[in-house]
Amino acid sequence: MPTKKEAKKKPVKTPEAKSVKKAQDKEMVTVFIMGKAYKVPAEATIMGAIEYAGYQIKRGAGCREGFCGACATVYRVPNDYKIYTVLACTTLVQEGMWLSQLPAIPTQKPVYDINKLEPNVATFQKIYPEVFRCVACNTCTKACPQDLEVMDYIQAVLRGDIEKVMDLSFDCLCCGMCAIRCPAEIVQHNVGMLAKRLYGKYLSRESIQLKKRIQEVKEHKYDKEYKELMKMGKEELKKKYYERDLE
Amino acid sequence: MYPDYMNESLKKVAQTRNKRFELAKSGKPVFPPMSAEEREEVLNKFHPDYKPDAISEIRIGPNKGEKLTTEVADMLESRSRIRPELFDLTHPEYETDILIIGGGGAGCVAAIIAMKNGVKSTISTKLRIGDANSMMSQGGMQAAVRAQDSPARHYLDAIGGGHFDNKPELVRTLTEDAPETVKWLEDLGVVWDKLEDGSLQLLHGGGTSRKRMHSCRDYTGAIIMRTLMDEVKNHPDKITVFEFMPIVELILDNKGQCAGGILYNLETEEYFTVKARATIIATGGYGRLHIRGFDTTNHYGATGDGLVIAYRAGAKLLFMDSVQYHPTGAIFPEQIGGFLITEKIRGAGGQPLNKHGEIFVFPQEPRDVETSAIIRECLERNNGIETPSGRLGVWLDSPLIEMLQGKGYINKQFPAMHRQFIRYGIDITEEPMLVYPSLHYQNGGIEINEKGETNIPGLYVAGEASGGVHGRNRLMGNSVLDYNVFGRRAGKYSAEYVKTVELGPLSLEHVANYENELKNAKIKTDLITPVLLPSYTPEVVRKRQLTAHYEGTIR
Ligand SMILES: Cc1cc2nc3c(=O)[nH]c(=O)nc-3n(C[C@H](O)[C@H](O)[C@H](O)COP(=O)(O)OP(=O)(O)OC[C@H]3O[C@@H](n4cnc5c(N)ncnc54)[C@H](O)[C@@H]3O)c2cc1C
Ligand code: FES
Repeated sequence: MPTKKEAKKKPVKTPEAKSVKKAQDKEMVTVFIMGKAYKVPAEATIMGAIEYAGYQIKRGAGCREGFCGACATVYRVPNDYKIYTVLACTTLVQEGMWLSQLPAIPTQKPVYDINKLEPNVATFQKIYPEVFRCVACNTCTKACPQDLEVMDYIQAVLRGDIEKVMDLSFDCLCCGMCAIRCPAEIVQHNVGMLAKRLYGKYLSRESIQLKKRIQEVKEHKYDKEYKELMKMGKEELKKKYYERDLE
Repeated sequence: MYPDYMNESLKKVAQTRNKRFELAKSGKPVFPPMSAEEREEVLNKFHPDYKPDAISEIRIGPNKGEKLTTEVADMLESRSRIRPELFDLTHPEYETDILIIGGGGAGCVAAIIAMKNGVKSTISTKLRIGDANSMMSQGGMQAAVRAQDSPARHYLDAIGGGHFDNKPELVRTLTEDAPETVKWLEDLGVVWDKLEDGSLQLLHGGGTSRKRMHSCRDYTGAIIMRTLMDEVKNHPDKITVFEFMPIVELILDNKGQCAGGILYNLETEEYFTVKARATIIATGGYGRLHIRGFDTTNHYGATGDGLVIAYRAGAKLLFMDSVQYHPTGAIFPEQIGGFLITEKIRGAGGQPLNKHGEIFVFPQEPRDVETSAIIRECLERNNGIETPSGRLGVWLDSPLIEMLQGKGYINKQFPAMHRQFIRYGIDITEEPMLVYPSLHYQNGGIEINEKGETNIPGLYVAGEASGGVHGRNRLMGNSVLDYNVFGRRAGKYSAEYVKTVELGPLSLEHVANYENELKNAKIKTDLITPVLLPSYTPEVVRKRQLTAHYEGTIR
């Protein structure tokens, strides 16, 4: 199938792609993927290790760079009571790591009409009443692989400080780790999302120049300039391009 | 942490920094930009696209006889996953007004606009909704909103960046719709970076003559994508979403109009027929084909599926001989090899340096030129820094940014980047990053017009899967703009189209015909497409995967 051929056709190591001198002898560690032991390179990420072991990932990988939150993973290591919640794509393996990816995380996502909301605490009371059950235990913050101050932003919701919620939850990947660990059963990342949308739509200051420019376009202010540019032959256009001033 | 042997070179970077800072602060160019001739020369000699084996002739289909990127030509000269005769098209399992293939940026935008125009849609997507390149953009989106800038100037920058090959009417659409797009996204709740007075905070990108890059810190894509997803999920009665259910072929009707697609459940391995009055391809790019063995910045599902299903149905491709390599992918540490280092880093003053700590290229050349200059520095001039595994890279001096923009700037503006490196003990506020070009963007694609229409009635394309907007080289910030502008247009015009179209009986004849074409051209291939997912199973494991008969998804 597709990859059968691709497998044989190993990536061409063309000189411009990379110049690998020699494969190094790799240091290996043993990890337990859902309980099964595999030897994998010590410097591998968890995602790399799962693939190295021979799994074809379907669920549990999206961006592979720490942006999408598809790769939520829990693990424990020997002689340590703690449970660790991480992203498989950006976390390195360790000797004895016992890990499991979470293929999907059940959350509740209420449906709302953003145009009919008001940016205040009452909106959260209505849409996410469970937020008010927060016991400030800080488990969510501890669970966050992005090291965000999750509890602080939930507490900011209670105060109606939407700007703070936006700011503290800005880098949230919606991996859902906080939501499955929360004893008050809050879905923190969805709460953060609502706050960001409310902020962007209602609280962020309006840009006057943007408004003006949109009006100008509507009034066809640039038609003439466009027409001239679009009429130009390649050479003429080239000349104009290379002569343009740079800011 | 960088290995000890790099210390000497790191020291040189630190030594030259003050002088480079003075020059940068003076406002003069930090390095002379290349002339047209110089650009041409470095491209010819060092850009991967210009290697003799980079392109091959395609032997069948609408672009027959043209030279395309070799990996793309191989992918197109392949067999279908399905046998058309096994499908009963008279009883489709699903019917919808608009089938949207791909739940990334373009797909979600199109669904929202179709809904605003009173039309329901179904999004089929390969992984989860939002598992897409759109989630990953860091740098931002271009739009000419300042008084000293204009949409026409944006047009000139974009068409020059694309080497004057772009379809002019598409570039006009892109740049003229841009300001409105910024506003539309803000009204949905996107949190743009702003200054105190409410005006938008704007930066340079490669090839821009004015600062016009709009951003949301360095989570631009994530903020926009999640806003769009949230909106899609707020309308379950108007937009149906199928996750882990890619489309593997298009369906036409007896008049050659596009009429839906064949849906595949990645988990149960079942196929379903979706009948649709119009279809929008929004499947994004192809970075996971690892063209010429390059690492990629792209998401897991970026395998060019839209190209091949459209091609089999007779859609014409444009500029599929040109690949965009991002000048600055991470090359060290190995675990983040290929990861994108946003161009905004250079926009904010970061400089590419060789092992002597010298700047060797103007940091704001268009991407292909910048890429070629970095490859030249490493391969011809031997000024690269070698990684422990023997790869070469150049420095990208980030500490300079803090000197130019003020302490704390990196943490505030580039939290994702900072996080990415600090995990490996590299603090980019104090040490530079080590970078090399990475496979980034599909410049060409399925040819469209200003309405997002293709040469097949009822088939629309938007976003990275389309071709023509960017010519042979896209500028940073024009692609996030592209998927919004053309996603909106595809949504709008397809919603108009479905109100009048009459569909005839459904057909998969084009799939059978394509198979025949392969046979007649004597093309032997065991490649089956769309590729769906790349495989990173190591050779040793693969050798033991000896199941004699396997018909599943990947192996
Ligand atoms: C790391 C990174 C950083 C970037 N930074 C910037 C930037 O700063 N500025 C800028 O302008 N551009 C940037 N880009 C480019 C830009 O983000 C993308 O080109 C753009 O988002 C593409 O949007 P899209 O909707 O066309 O495709 P995508 O967002 O990739 O969406 C495509 C969707 O289709 C799905 N799909 C694929 N095949 C199928 C199938 N067969 N059936 C169903 N679904 C399928 C995919 O899973 C995916 O969900 C960046 C890209 C990357 C990878
Ligand atoms: S795969 Fe996207 S965050 Fe890990």
